[in-house]
Amino acid sequence: MREIALQGLWKNNPGLVQLLGLCPLLAVTTSVINGLGLGLATTLVLAASNLCVSLIRNVVRAEIRIPVFVMIIASLVTAVELAMNAWFHDLLIVTNCAIIGRAEAFASRNRPLPALFDGLMMGAGFTLVLLVLGGMRELLGHGTLLAGADMMFGAGTDITLHLLADDGGFLLALLPPGAFLGLGLLVAAKNVIDRRLERRIQTTPAAISSAAQPG
Amino acid sequence: MATIEEPARIPQRMAIAGGLLALFAVLGAGLVAVTEDATRERIQSNEREYLLRSLNDVLPADHYDNVLFEDTIEVIDAELLGSDQSITVYRGRLGAAPVAAILTPVAPDGYSGPIKLLVGVDYDGTLTGVRVVAHRETPGLGDAIEAERSDWIRRFDGLSLGNPPQSAWMVRRDGGDFDQFTGATVTPRAVVKAVRNTLLYFAQYRDELFEDRRALVESESGDNERDRPSGSVEE
Ligand SMILES: Cc1cc2nc3c(=O)[nH]c(=O)nc-3n(C[C@H](O)[C@H](O)[C@H](O)COP(=O)(O)O)c2cc1C
Repeated sequence: MREIALQGLWKNNPGLVQLLGLCPLLAVTTSVINGLGLGLATTLVLAASNLCVSLIRNVVRAEIRIPVFVMIIASLVTAVELAMNAWFHDLLIVTNCAIIGRAEAFASRNRPLPALFDGLMMGAGFTLVLLVLGGMRELLGHGTLLAGADMMFGAGTDITLHLLADDGGFLLALLPPGAFLGLGLLVAAKNVIDRRLERRIQTTPAAISSAAQPG
Repeated sequence: MATIEEPARIPQRMAIAGGLLALFAVLGAGLVAVTEDATRERIQSNEREYLLRSLNDVLPADHYDNVLFEDTIEVIDAELLGSDQSITVYRGRLGAAPVAAILTPVAPDGYSGPIKLLVGVDYDGTLTGVRVVAHRETPGLGDAIEAERSDWIRRFDGLSLGNPPQSAWMVRRDGGDFDQFTGATVTPRAVVKAVRNTLLYFAQYRDELFEDRRALVESESGDNERDRPSGSVEE
């Protein structure tokens, strides 16, 4: 369980490591709220599709596996999108390969509970990246955070934080190149942190001694 | 997968695979159908509520007492309303008297495509409000036309064809009365022109707009507008 969580949230994060779902990542992350909406929707679909795929993994033969996955995911996405439109407002889910990737790589080989948990954690990892990237772009571009909350939580909700003077903002952040740059910075930051961790493990005496006694 | 199959088994396996595929197709379609059914009413009422809120942004609710989205007329005027598709006009009345209309014209020449507008006009031709409902202008440059981003669009409140004079219905750079944005003239120019054209249209067709029918079609060849049956109301 711990390993699954770690994989989804950090080591194998769908946004930062697998780099799947780039298309929605770039298009939708102009604000925190947009990122949150897509993140939640994706998490829901991922969890549900992983669960379904895992449940049927012994029934469906290998040769029709992919079409069946596609059908399951397409129906789930449509259903989640309808539900989101009914209870929140105006959300567009851009399906991405992260979902079918998890179905194939994890859910079709594992029992239902771990598969469900994997979906939740992968979704959470994706959501985190969307939130951070959306936050960066919104802050630089508009000088706000959490603007447009009424789109998700109904009219009247206004939890907008005005952090920087809105003098037009740093336009590049909002344009598509801003998303690439932001994502690049995030990936770089993750790699730096990973390398630091690795080095620390290597230089601690305990790690050295345990490395010296293989087996 | 080097298992050798008995040839006789292959059709059977194909049938099973096909059956499974069909089963999942039915299940998937079923899920979508059930969800659609469960959410249809909520989505419709959401859309209505949203529409009403937008309409009330350009025409305050105390100006009229009828149900706006049940009192509409479809019109076409490519030149003045910016689209060769039909455009919905919501008609506001107090009792039986027409008091205002909300038109849904398009500014066809935005920087990145058409800009859809809501334009509220009093019966006497004074603007009660203008809002942008959909556009693809560049964030940070052209999107200052949104009411959430700047007050620019509220500048239209209370204006009419004579105020400012018609020759001043342009952005400053073109010698008119309306501010452009720094580094973005195309977008405001398109909106100002569309609003002015909408006022021209309203001035020309006001009385026909409030007649008791659902569609008004202007034909190119100069003969008068004719009725066209129109069952559905675009929402
Ligand atoms: C990437 C990019 C996006 C632009 N987007 C817009 C826009 O959305 N609206 C706009 O009016 N001008 C936009 N412009 C600027 C126009 O190209 C044009 O220069 C400007 O509208 C003319 O205004 P000016 O005469 O005040 O410079 C954009 C320019 C670039 C390079």
